[in-house]
Amino acid sequence: MNAIPPLVSPAVTPLSDAAFALTLALLLLCPLTIAGVALINTGLGRSRSAAQLLLGNVALIAVTAIVFLFAGASFAGTLGGGGIVLHAAGKSWSVLGLGPFLLRGLSTAAPQSQLALLFQFFAVAMAAIIPWGSGADRWRLAAGCSVAAVLAGIVFPLAAHWIWNGGWLAQLGLNFSLGAGFLDIGGAASIHTLGGLCALAVVWTIGPRRGKFPKEGLSTAMPGHNAVYVLFGCLLALAGWLAWNSAGALLWLHAPLTALPGTAIGTLLSASGALAATFSVTRFRFGKPDASLCANGWLAGLVASSACASIVSPTASLFIGSVAGLFTPLLVELFELALSVDDPSGAITVHGAAGLWGLVAAGIFSPAPGQLIAQLVGIATLLGVMLPFLYLLCALLNRTVPFRVDADGERIGMDLHELGGSAYPEFVIHRDESYR
Amino acid sequence: MKIAGLLVMPAGFFLTVAALVLFPDPGRRAAFVLCGLAVEIMGLIVAVRGHMPARGASRRQ
Repeated sequence: MNAIPPLVSPAVTPLSDAAFALTLALLLLCPLTIAGVALINTGLGRSRSAAQLLLGNVALIAVTAIVFLFAGASFAGTLGGGGIVLHAAGKSWSVLGLGPFLLRGLSTAAPQSQLALLFQFFAVAMAAIIPWGSGADRWRLAAGCSVAAVLAGIVFPLAAHWIWNGGWLAQLGLNFSLGAGFLDIGGAASIHTLGGLCALAVVWTIGPRRGKFPKEGLSTAMPGHNAVYVLFGCLLALAGWLAWNSAGALLWLHAPLTALPGTAIGTLLSASGALAATFSVTRFRFGKPDASLCANGWLAGLVASSACASIVSPTASLFIGSVAGLFTPLLVELFELALSVDDPSGAITVHGAAGLWGLVAAGIFSPAPGQLIAQLVGIATLLGVMLPFLYLLCALLNRTVPFRVDADGERIGMDLHELGGSAYPEFVIHRDESYR
Repeated sequence: MKIAGLLVMPAGFFLTVAALVLFPDPGRRAAFVLCGLAVEIMGLIVAVRGHMPARGASRRQ
């Protein structure tokens, strides 16, 4: 069933020049995913906040890159160096990296470490823009940047160290004979689930948009303003995801080059299965397929593939994507209608829930004994450590940099309030019915 | 409610880690890891309910 047998030993064969060049080329395509998700975030927000949303995505990428350079890369321990290692029950638990600051020694580091570092620069940017879409239309840019800084400075580096850079989750295979340790090849855990959980913490902290949940009656529909952005974002995201999953397979699984076509096919099939499932569910429930939910389904399939496209068969990828596409519209509806969670981009479901499902599926479909338990331990870490930690950080940050724009700013839109100009200046913005 | 739920979640995580250390037997280990996850999910449910805005209150009064 496995295209690539997972490594049990951490012994790594050096990259050939061809593999180095290919991995670098693939990594340079990864920002397409970020661009796609940024477009989706923008399209799913309202027109009065479109420029602020897209500028926010760019600003968050910049903030994460700078903070990761100054602090995050060291704590992640990507370039090696020391770290904090606890010893309990006769095992070593590496909990924090303490590598060289400011990327000292980058040029002399092993080629694989250099590529891993580049991967993590893009990964932290991606993780930071995921919650940005959830706080659309009410989250101040300065507050978004502060959350991105914290994410890049401490939260993501912790996850990256534990999962990718020889931390205690990566060592579960060696220490406790749990398969190959916690597997997160394309970033389903440390990018998408982390980003989705951060989105939940932000949405809890910031509250819903004004008028979204009236005291009585159903929630107010606030559809995205540009379905073309959203759907084009899906296409861009696919291109980036194919590269991201392939690069992850080379970096974290040390897969042979011949395994890459299978990884790419698995990624495509997962997205396709998810789209077909969401299309069918929305067609059945609403009489017509819903474009934004279909986009969410497509993205959920890609997120699920991040965990497992390179270690499961194409048929399994199709199944995993289909399940993600099946629950995505239902969960989006559950969050909005039953749980009163206002998440304009659907990131909590698309990145959080689909990422968790992908991680579980990687364990279910992996033949390595104990792999499912390793995946469950990783999931327990994300839910039990990262979510409360993110919520605490958001609550503290909200006291110093208030997250939410004032009522007037929300009424006139984030573009005029924060940027002084609209994304579509020639259009007349109609009065919002929800403020009556 | 909000804080209680979020405090229960790390408790589930520690249960999961304890299962790794205390139970070499795969069956028991799996059972306790699942118990830890169940505790986390209960905490998550409590936290979600704690964050739900009060809606329809005026109608019930």
